[in-house]
Amino acid sequence: MNLTNLQLFLSAAVIAGTPLLFATLGEIITEKAGNLNLGIEGMMLMGAVVGFITAYNQGNPILALIAAFLAGAFGSLIYAFLTVSLRVNHEVSGLALTTFGTGFAGFLGQAYVGKVVPGNVRQAFGNIKIPLLGDIPFIGEILFNKDPMVYLSYIVVIIIGIYLYRTRKGLNLKAIGENPAAADAAGINISLYKYVNILIGGALCGLGGAYLSLIYVPAWQESVVAGRGWIAVALVIFVTWNPYKAIAGAYLFGGLDILGFRLQKFQLNIPQYFLDMLPYAATIIILVIASVKRSKKNLPPQSMGIPYFRENR
Amino acid sequence: MNDQAYVRFHNIVKKFGTVVANDSIDLDVQRGEILAILGENGSGKSTLMNMLSGIYMPDSGSITIDGKPAVIRSPKDSIKLGIGMIHQHFKLIDRFTGYQNIMTGITSNTLGYKKSVKKITELMDKYELHIDLDKYVYDMSVGEKQTLEIIKVMFRGAEVLILDEPTAVLTPEEITKLFVILRNMRKAGHAIIIITHKLNEVMEISDRVTVLRKGKNVGTLNTNQTNILELTELMVGRPMEPIIRRVECEPGDVYLSVEDVTAYNHEGIKVLDNISFELSSHEIVGVAGVAGSGQRELCEVIAGLYPVKKGSVSCMNQEIVGKTPGEIIKMGVSMSFIPEDRLGMGLVSSMDITDNMLLKTYRDGKGLFINRNPAREMARNIVKKMDIVTPGISTPVSKLSGGNIQKVLLGREIESNPKVLVTAYAVRGLDIGASYTIYDMLNKQKEKGVAVLYIGEDLDTLIQLCDRIIVMFSGKIAGIVDARNATKEQLGLMMTGKVMMYV
Repeated sequence: MNLTNLQLFLSAAVIAGTPLLFATLGEIITEKAGNLNLGIEGMMLMGAVVGFITAYNQGNPILALIAAFLAGAFGSLIYAFLTVSLRVNHEVSGLALTTFGTGFAGFLGQAYVGKVVPGNVRQAFGNIKIPLLGDIPFIGEILFNKDPMVYLSYIVVIIIGIYLYRTRKGLNLKAIGENPAAADAAGINISLYKYVNILIGGALCGLGGAYLSLIYVPAWQESVVAGRGWIAVALVIFVTWNPYKAIAGAYLFGGLDILGFRLQKFQLNIPQYFLDMLPYAATIIILVIASVKRSKKNLPPQSMGIPYFRENR
Repeated sequence: MNDQAYVRFHNIVKKFGTVVANDSIDLDVQRGEILAILGENGSGKSTLMNMLSGIYMPDSGSITIDGKPAVIRSPKDSIKLGIGMIHQHFKLIDRFTGYQNIMTGITSNTLGYKKSVKKITELMDKYELHIDLDKYVYDMSVGEKQTLEIIKVMFRGAEVLILDEPTAVLTPEEITKLFVILRNMRKAGHAIIIITHKLNEVMEISDRVTVLRKGKNVGTLNTNQTNILELTELMVGRPMEPIIRRVECEPGDVYLSVEDVTAYNHEGIKVLDNISFELSSHEIVGVAGVAGSGQRELCEVIAGLYPVKKGSVSCMNQEIVGKTPGEIIKMGVSMSFIPEDRLGMGLVSSMDITDNMLLKTYRDGKGLFINRNPAREMARNIVKKMDIVTPGISTPVSKLSGGNIQKVLLGREIESNPKVLVTAYAVRGLDIGASYTIYDMLNKQKEKGVAVLYIGEDLDTLIQLCDRIIVMFSGKIAGIVDARNATKEQLGLMMTGKVMMYV
């Protein structure tokens, strides 16, 4: 690969990684609240289909993003109601949400299969070069000559980083994920925090889905998310619940995702299926490494996945 | 009743289903006073205090604070009213620093990091509470964690401080320190409530004592006008001998001998460091130590559940290391470990007593099908011998109370006629009556010639019950002392590694 090829590849990796980044960020704050939401795939599909339909019918990019955001939040509201209010098992609720989201997207998207995002919306999501930053040699082109959603993902990373590490609300959130009984005794409103963060988490997954149907593809097909939601679940572990590391992790997986396609032109003697398998194989390897190499600082939130009852102790 | 009462409970009733946890309780505490609430397990002490800290709501009755009626719906309300509760199981977040733990849940404070730290430091100086604010909780000792809890509630402006069994996990030295802190707070005009079942601590620290029995207030006394005997009688409901009997026997042959045992945990940290001791027939040897000093690993090594790096363990001159747990049981070594949650090891909680007997004793039966009759016989036997309160031998163990579960576990171990009986935390969470039943059982085993290793928490018990006491400190043996002339202070110093001593 010469320099331009590498640059092109990395640039494409950023784009392929952006939907993963949104979903990973969403899952990070959900898990920080102590809830394991395995419904990412479903919420991404809900965001993807609602975002696409809105863009197709209204022709308004902003409206499409808001709709996708709300669709993701709606999906996670179901999950939040089940796990926070009814204290249902987290894993089962999440899996149910994935099944629901898949059906939801299939049903709503029926009439739109093969339809393409309207021109004006595509134009609105075209690349914008950021002055100065975009002129940095090599990385300027990769990171700062991109569509607005990529920039939005940078902003979300920074906001979540500040939220988790610099604000008292972020501290309270982490306290809930670590030890809800302690947080409760400290007077924190646990249900409220869980609802808000799960909803925002779901909304971010919805945006990740919309990125796929509006910008990445940009057309409607039922299999638009194609397992990326599951990769995001593993990515959260890989990046040790850290939003800044999530950028690198998401782009790494974005790169693996497109590797097969990019390598085709070099006519290497590697079966296509092997290359397609890479992101998933990498996911498994990551989980193995994560379980072998455990340090005290990189453990998951301690009470993640355990429904909290105040009077049950 | 007292007119200057700062906190007053009036006619408080709380039921859980059909169980009355608190039955019309009246209670009051004033500023500048330490009130002890004394009672056995299940007497309703914690339930009562949890109504003050917003965990439970009373079914009827009222609470007034500073003369004003108080409705406490949540921990948040409770904090606003100036109530600070130090729970028995600390409500701290392990992966936060001390500072982060203090700040968690505080919304009104707009001070920055530096000013907050200054304010906390002033508080620490005022009451002589000292910890490193930047230390992570997982690196803190139990004493430090408790200090942090106290700072946490004081920072929130607590006027009333409630401590639930605060000394249960502390070393004697840490207890002395805690009492100094509490006296400072009393001097500063705080109202302090301390929940406990340890009589000597009631006598040492409190001004007044309220005794609860079976959910009722059976009396409030001035501490300086009462004594341990009177309090025990009030608490238990019948006169009790406050001293545990030690059966004097001539020690026999060495049954268990542990030599230079070293073991590492899965993180590669040394958890047992050159442990050597001998355990003889007709002898109870106690093991004392701060929680996590290697007691659990030692038990598991003897039972064949923990990998040994170096050294040997032999039972009646036969090597144990390398044998499977099943083979070790057959050699006559029996272990019962009561973990903190009481159910984790030894029994399957959803199975009944009979099936739990089958698990260990009748595991090697012949044929494909289970013959439950001998196990039933044994279950009935144990229920009778140990006074286990249960609707029947086919009741799932999880439905029994903690004390009865422990009796089932210990009963099964004893019924297998062991040569060596290892028992860890056998009376954990038990009330006085049930504890004495267990001490009696252990004494009987000793008379029969069994070698007993008793891992315990309460130093008074160890001194009164055992013949010798092994003190462990971070995986090492800090000393082995004769229980007949050991003192709590001496053991406490050894437990923290300050003194090493062999007898």
